[in-house]
Amino acid sequence: MATTTIKFKLNGQPVTLSTHPLKRLVDVLRDDLQLTGTKEGCGEGECGTCSVLLDNRLVNSCLVPIASVAGRQVITIEGLRSTPRFDLLQRCFAQAGGVQCGFCTPAMIMAAEAILSANPYPTEKQVREGLAGNICRCTGYGMIVEAVLEAARKGGGLW
Amino acid sequence: MVNTFRPSDLAQALRIIADTKPTVLAGGTDLMVRHKTWSGVVPHFDRPVVLIGHLPELQGIEIRDERLFIGSAVTLAAILEHPLVPEHIKSPIAQMASPPIRNLATLGGNICNASPAGDSLPMLYALDACLHLESVRGRQTVSIGEFISGPGRTILEPDQLLTAIEIPLIKCRTHYYRKVGQRQANSISKVSFYAAADYDKQRIHWVRIALGAVAPTVVRSPAAEGLLAGLDASGLKAVIPTVTTIYQGLLSPVDDVRSTQRYRREVSLRLLENYLTRELMK
Repeated sequence: MATTTIKFKLNGQPVTLSTHPLKRLVDVLRDDLQLTGTKEGCGEGECGTCSVLLDNRLVNSCLVPIASVAGRQVITIEGLRSTPRFDLLQRCFAQAGGVQCGFCTPAMIMAAEAILSANPYPTEKQVREGLAGNICRCTGYGMIVEAVLEAARKGGGLW
Repeated sequence: MVNTFRPSDLAQALRIIADTKPTVLAGGTDLMVRHKTWSGVVPHFDRPVVLIGHLPELQGIEIRDERLFIGSAVTLAAILEHPLVPEHIKSPIAQMASPPIRNLATLGGNICNASPAGDSLPMLYALDACLHLESVRGRQTVSIGEFISGPGRTILEPDQLLTAIEIPLIKCRTHYYRKVGQRQANSISKVSFYAAADYDKQRIHWVRIALGAVAPTVVRSPAAEGLLAGLDASGLKAVIPTVTTIYQGLLSPVDDVRSTQRYRREVSLRLLENYLTRELMK
């Protein structure tokens, strides 16, 4: 199999790996790098469960060939975990009941981070728009929206 | 296993495209799905792949001589965030896909897919967009209507690359866009309706109307638009049945997993009626 050397920044650290250039970012994260916090749901960009940040923008990692990540920066839920923003998001999701089965949760947290980084004081409509690419089959969304709004209210200066 | 190329500039990309006749991948939001196999397995492409999403020559958004130029690899998100792009161009793009997909997907990709349900297309047809094609042989400019030759088909030669989209900036008083789909985010249109117009209290200066997903390619009628131009409110009311008949003749929707012919036809005509009676000259 034709492999190529790809260098990029993952959660702040430089990574060099040898892999097929068209391998999906989600597979590289989960299989090559054992970062299984990022989940795969549909594999077609519909559900958003594999969302990560690529150059600080939310993307579906199932749609990204690893060769197009070269020289760029990827943040996964594992990288976000060591930040005070994650601490607050985690507490708000727990308090609002925004986590049930938990499969969509890492991506919901990544989407929340993307929403609040772009706009620390979003309206409910903006939160709903920001989460529109992420499917949750348990909560009915209301509690997730509430969690993000609560994080915004308590976030003073974090984003 | 096919070769994958990541050229460092446009000139190199054009040489690779001429030499290998590859699959060109910009955002990947459609191609990575079309070619996927199993989780953990590399997507299967049967031709070489050339990545162009990173090429600096394809990233620009600028205005020259009252015309907006958008690089073919500009993402939908970048178009929406750009201060020079007017609202009547942004409005259909804002309803495409979802935020994470708009961060990857490109305008050039939506055009080259040439899907009958491509959501940027009615707007591009209505605004008389032109496409800039380049190859090692030279450059060519074609209208969007000439470029798309059928469902999923374009006149792009195997050695050519779409490099930029040119949209004339016209003084547009109102624009109207309705996308009918199953879900607000990420739905593929059953029907989409785009209109832009300029008018004052007395009369209509011009109207452009284009419908997506209801025929093999976008439906637009210069004849109907010509009938509407110059009319006052009572003239508009009188001509609505004629205009409706024209569009009725142009619709040829299909039955598929997303919807039925009958539904698509009915909704298209109701959207047209709603636009002509309640939105235009409002």
